[in-house]
Amino acid sequence: MTDAAELRRRTAALLAAHPPAGTERLDFLRARFDAGLAWVHYPEGLGGLGAPRSLQAVVDAELEAAGAPDNDPRRIGIGLGMAAPTILAYGTEEQKRRYLRPLWTGEEVWCQLFSEPGAGSDLAALGTRAVRTGEGDWVVNGQKVWTSSAHVARWAILIARTDPDVPKHQGITYFLCDMTDPGIEVRPLRQITGEAEFNEVFLTDVRIPDSRRLGDVGDGWKVAQTTLNNERVAIGGMRLPREGGMIGPVSRTWRERPELRTHDLHQRLLTLWVEAEAARLTAERLRQQLVAGQPGPEGAGMKLAFARLNQEISGLEVELRGEEGLLYDDWTMRRPELVDFVGRDAGYRYLRSKGNSIEGGTTEVLLNIVAERVLGLPPEARTDKDVAWKDLAR
Amino acid sequence: MSTQPDLLYTEEEEALRAAVRDLLADHCDAAGVIARVESDAPHDLAAWKALAEGMGLAGLLVPEDRGGQGATHREAAVVLEELGRAVAPLPYLTSAVVATEALLACAADDLLAELASGRRIGALAVALNVPAGGAYKVVRFEDGALHGELTGIADAAVADVLLLPADDGGLYAVDASAATVTPRPSLDLTRPLATVTLDGAPGRLLGDAEPAVRRALRAGAGLLASEQLGLADWTLTETVRYLKERKQFNRPVGGFQALKHRLAQLWLEVVNLRAAARNAADALATCSDDIDVAVAVAQAFAAPVAVHAAEEALQLHGGIGMTWEHPVHLYLKRAKADAIAYGTAGAHREALAELVDLRAP
Repeated sequence: MTDAAELRRRTAALLAAHPPAGTERLDFLRARFDAGLAWVHYPEGLGGLGAPRSLQAVVDAELEAAGAPDNDPRRIGIGLGMAAPTILAYGTEEQKRRYLRPLWTGEEVWCQLFSEPGAGSDLAALGTRAVRTGEGDWVVNGQKVWTSSAHVARWAILIARTDPDVPKHQGITYFLCDMTDPGIEVRPLRQITGEAEFNEVFLTDVRIPDSRRLGDVGDGWKVAQTTLNNERVAIGGMRLPREGGMIGPVSRTWRERPELRTHDLHQRLLTLWVEAEAARLTAERLRQQLVAGQPGPEGAGMKLAFARLNQEISGLEVELRGEEGLLYDDWTMRRPELVDFVGRDAGYRYLRSKGNSIEGGTTEVLLNIVAERVLGLPPEARTDKDVAWKDLAR
Repeated sequence: MSTQPDLLYTEEEEALRAAVRDLLADHCDAAGVIARVESDAPHDLAAWKALAEGMGLAGLLVPEDRGGQGATHREAAVVLEELGRAVAPLPYLTSAVVATEALLACAADDLLAELASGRRIGALAVALNVPAGGAYKVVRFEDGALHGELTGIADAAVADVLLLPADDGGLYAVDASAATVTPRPSLDLTRPLATVTLDGAPGRLLGDAEPAVRRALRAGAGLLASEQLGLADWTLTETVRYLKERKQFNRPVGGFQALKHRLAQLWLEVVNLRAAARNAADALATCSDDIDVAVAVAQAFAAPVAVHAAEEALQLHGGIGMTWEHPVHLYLKRAKADAIAYGTAGAHREALAELVDLRAP
């Protein structure tokens, strides 16, 4: 069993062998991965030591104190949060060894090719086709959408339809797709904030060798659940100090700008402050449950709570700013590598937060999930379950 | 205090919950409570005796060397969650929390031990709607005796001893037999109010009223959130159960998406309330320097959630929810009264405006 003392010892050894001050950033990150200190709960040889996940904080604190570089996790969030756990769960030994190290060090950025124009909430209805060639490899044609980081990504996790003659959940297969393939075309998708954080991705005769299939043919939906469950954990599982979220900027504005205050805004601000604090405590309680090994169903609710609060709080701040609220910092079309929901000005926060109740599962779908899986209420009528995908209404 | 609050329940707290729930299942079933609240004795003193004396739970907040159990607000909060679930007509919040906290601030260990034992019931004679720090009415201290009338005193009808603030700044104990206690028809049938009238009653000076009352009302507000949590949790659970069973249009009503979404939203509110209520109980238990904020957040959040939960339960039960026979009205009345008790949500938001420096225009 690897305990905290052992991890401190290994971290000290890493720092001694590769002093951060005299080591190239990438060399340090690779050495850290090889020492099993990248994600300690991963297996040995794959960046971890099979240690409890909660002990990662011990390593991170020691490395931060020593001024070691990190892997800029916000830049590679899809790789770390979604691709990696799925590859770990379903990848072959060869796939795990090939992809996880450069994924973690950030040498290779990942994106996610799941949503399609015709498959949003009903993701399993997706129509991107993967057809097997005579040599056993695959040729993929279709269109994906809402793909963040596609323009900088080296790899993508991709789900595509490999059998249209069976019901929709059964005919999907999961692939690792090379984003440098000549059949890939990435077009920025400009959104209401003015920038293009996302892309549309067109796949035309993209060849994928069968060695880049993840899981069995037809098992893609099951594999994708691992990806999507990790997405919701990542969205709901953050640890925040008081006023650490969207309520922070508006509270500071309120304190610094007494001339903007009105009684109506005061009442609304206090109500939202209380709700934000309650949501923060709920997230903290969820975290404590996970640490104690008692995961509760509360995680499903956190995204719902934060989506609504982000929208209402940022909307309030636009109003609070009065004349400034009528302005907008910058409509220039850009393709940012990083997304910061709390960054930029109030107008941007207001517009960007509108996506919070759509991305990663709409609020409406999540309410169904809570009602059915947590409360045990009857499921929605499903007329599509036993119908071949090719016969579904489109 | 920079350490994180413990927002979970310990195994001991879960065992306590199970024991209280068993006791209330035996004593405070819904039909029994409905029948009782219209009788001359709306309070269930048999259940009180079993809970307070039998299980020793009236003394949770009192140190062992002062005659209590030496537990904390965390355990008292769990008891209150269960009392809220059952809308039990017991004077636990008023005697074992509020009156007890007032005595803990004074030098009156004999009285404190009596309340802690559950053999006597105490009531702080401050109107139920007053928040910590709010203005309250006092009686007149004249020629060594107390005179005057105090209204809105919860559970006074079953109190053996009344704790009264007087115009000389003192807090006095008066035996209930020396006062006239007149029950008033109350919105909350399970926590009825009474008017207390004193006409030259002898009183025993306990100490300064202001700090004792402030401390008592703050603890009352903080732990009321746990009672509201229990209430909201019961109404949600019972409504979900009923909607799985109730059929209209040849299907369970709970399968209609409009209702599923409302129940899912309510679940989310209850989940948030649990965290806020645990935070307040833990802050009180650990004497955190965050108590004022934790209590104000819990109360500002709890009242609308508990009322919403009870109102949704009534609406989603349809016609049966409007009947006297079904217990949901007891929960609605308790929830609405709780929204005023120890300060409204608005009063607690106003307190927060000062506490977290988000000041009014």
